[in-house]
Amino acid sequence: MQPSPVSGHSLPSVRRIGANAIDTVLRLGYATRFIGLTLAHSGTSFARPRLIVRELYYTGVLSLIIILVSGLFVGMVLGLQGYQTLTTYGSESALGVLVALSLVRELGPVVSALLFASRAGSAMTAEIGLMKATEQLSAMEMMAVDPIARVVAPRFWAGVISMPLLAAMFSAMGVFGGYVIGVVLIGVDEGSFWSQMQSAVDVREDVMNGVIKSFVFGIAVTWIALFEGYDAPPTAEGVSGATTRTVVTSSLAILGLDFILTSFMFSAA
Amino acid sequence: MAPTASSTLIEISDVSFAYGQRPILTGINMSIPRGKVVALMGISGSGKTTLLRLIGGVMKPTTGEVRVNGQCTSELDSAGIYRMRRRMGMLFQFGALFTDLSVFDNVAFQMREHTGLPESMIRDLVMMKLNAVGLRGAHRLMPAELSGGMARRVALARAIALDPMIMMYDEPFTGLDPISLGVIANLVRDLNDTLGTTSLVVTHDVQEALDVVDYVYYLSDGRMMAHGTPEELRANTDPLVRQFVHGEAEGPVAYQYPARDYGADLRMGGRRAA
Amino acid sequence: MQRSMLDLWVGLFVVAGIAGMVILAFKVGNMSTMGSGDTYEISANFDNIGGLKPRAAIKSAGVVVGRVTAISFNNDRFTAKVMMAIESRYKFPKDTTASILTAGLLGEQYIGLEGGGDDKMLAAGDNIRLTQSAVVLEKLISQFLFDKAAEGGDGKK
Repeated sequence: MQPSPVSGHSLPSVRRIGANAIDTVLRLGYATRFIGLTLAHSGTSFARPRLIVRELYYTGVLSLIIILVSGLFVGMVLGLQGYQTLTTYGSESALGVLVALSLVRELGPVVSALLFASRAGSAMTAEIGLMKATEQLSAMEMMAVDPIARVVAPRFWAGVISMPLLAAMFSAMGVFGGYVIGVVLIGVDEGSFWSQMQSAVDVREDVMNGVIKSFVFGIAVTWIALFEGYDAPPTAEGVSGATTRTVVTSSLAILGLDFILTSFMFSAA
Repeated sequence: MAPTASSTLIEISDVSFAYGQRPILTGINMSIPRGKVVALMGISGSGKTTLLRLIGGVMKPTTGEVRVNGQCTSELDSAGIYRMRRRMGMLFQFGALFTDLSVFDNVAFQMREHTGLPESMIRDLVMMKLNAVGLRGAHRLMPAELSGGMARRVALARAIALDPMIMMYDEPFTGLDPISLGVIANLVRDLNDTLGTTSLVVTHDVQEALDVVDYVYYLSDGRMMAHGTPEELRANTDPLVRQFVHGEAEGPVAYQYPARDYGADLRMGGRRAA
Repeated sequence: MQRSMLDLWVGLFVVAGIAGMVILAFKVGNMSTMGSGDTYEISANFDNIGGLKPRAAIKSAGVVVGRVTAISFNNDRFTAKVMMAIESRYKFPKDTTASILTAGLLGEQYIGLEGGGDDKMLAAGDNIRLTQSAVVLEKLISQFLFDKAAEGGDGKK
């Protein structure tokens, strides 16, 4: 019944791959221009720090509970698992080292960034997408107020500032969780727990690199979240799709960037 | 009604606009005199909102020029556009109130952004603007707590916050109950006369608009089909205009989306052929 | 009212975040044991450094007195050259012995310094001549097995 084109059967799918590739590159270009504009219009945010303080509340303070609770549990799991493994080799005293290094180098920055992406990042996308869908951004523009300067830039800086703080709290909470399990409950020697940890964790190599990681993740997650919101089709489906994309894309970006940063930071040592 | 050059606030001459290959507007000529309320009508997708965006400088015309208060929008840089917009007020289709700010802060938004006025003076001004739309008592509410008509009035108060030279309304009557609709229509007229602004109302609510405006432009398919006073438009014999003004289902604008033969779609034609 | 509450929370948030970083630096990390930063550098050659790493501790009588700054290979003498930063307030005699020790059976390796009786003190750029290499576990085990085998042989005889 239906006349099917025999010769060009594979053509549409090939064409679609090409179109998708071009679309991806286009979006990447737009996203780059977007972050450039955001940085260029950040002056307003610094002239009026109140704008950033307000966003710090919504991105940072509201993410506190999930970050602290998750940090505590991750640390406690590390304490339990680490003890089980280390006790096989009779070196339970290295429990502090294991917990601290895993948290400070990897789990702290990565897990807190993943949580941040799903808690604050998705909220940012939904909020900006909704502002776009309800013409609030157009209204602002018609009132001669640049939405990038007034809406996007303060959120960007709030995200970039909160991420390292949240990651540090996560790691500190995790070490405390490991301490509670290892020292208080299992009974690993407290002195060797802390002293071995302190002699193995270097401030510059481990703690600073962890902070740098979380700073980079903060930039990536906030950038993705804001761009997805700003670029979302102005409909309900558009906004919900953009919110999902924010979580997926920023999670992948966090893990990919983590691999790159780790290979730079710790391979040389 | 032939406005002279000096009394014209917005002058649109021979403007065309296209998204890539798709033409939206072709050869539009329009002039809006100072102090008048002018309606821009047409069915959905006829390019009304695009024309509004051209006046606001959000987009630039492909050919032709848009002059606002003597300035050509294509020649302005973004700072110039922003300077021009400070003298424009716009009411969006559904109000577009900032959902995270209270009614008071919404109205105060532009004053805080653009003027260095002390907070006490801003408070007085906001109260005056809210009073003008009858919502002084609602200044503490959040936009989510307002009804559609109230939200529209708050948005109107916000739009007139800086006493604009031009007020633009993008479908101000959409989705309102008859009472709110009448309230908004009268506010459009009253504010225009008391504040001495010039208003441009984009709408397809014909009857309400014809009652309050001074002059009407009728846009169809990106072309200016007719213009005149409300009386002239009501008396217009062009079938396209007649269909629109009187809301008739059948006319030059077809009710049926272009389709194959009805019989064929019901599979009767197919069976008969087989 | 609303505004000051918001400020309060954000203030608490920033304070807690900085406190987290300070805890990581001092309680978890080695910031507190890094000393004032005033150090002098000496070197030592070892036949075998085992698993010694840069930044390993240098202890004397169990007290941390410095850190290993760099490890390189001396191709003329086929030994490992270890650079050490010692805190300025600690002085050691010229005939100090440096040995590579292990904390516990499988713990981290560090350098232990044992002071001698010389009147002259080590200064920046000096080299410690008396060194003792790391104990290599494989050698120790094979030594142990060899001794046991020899013992067993003796017993039979």
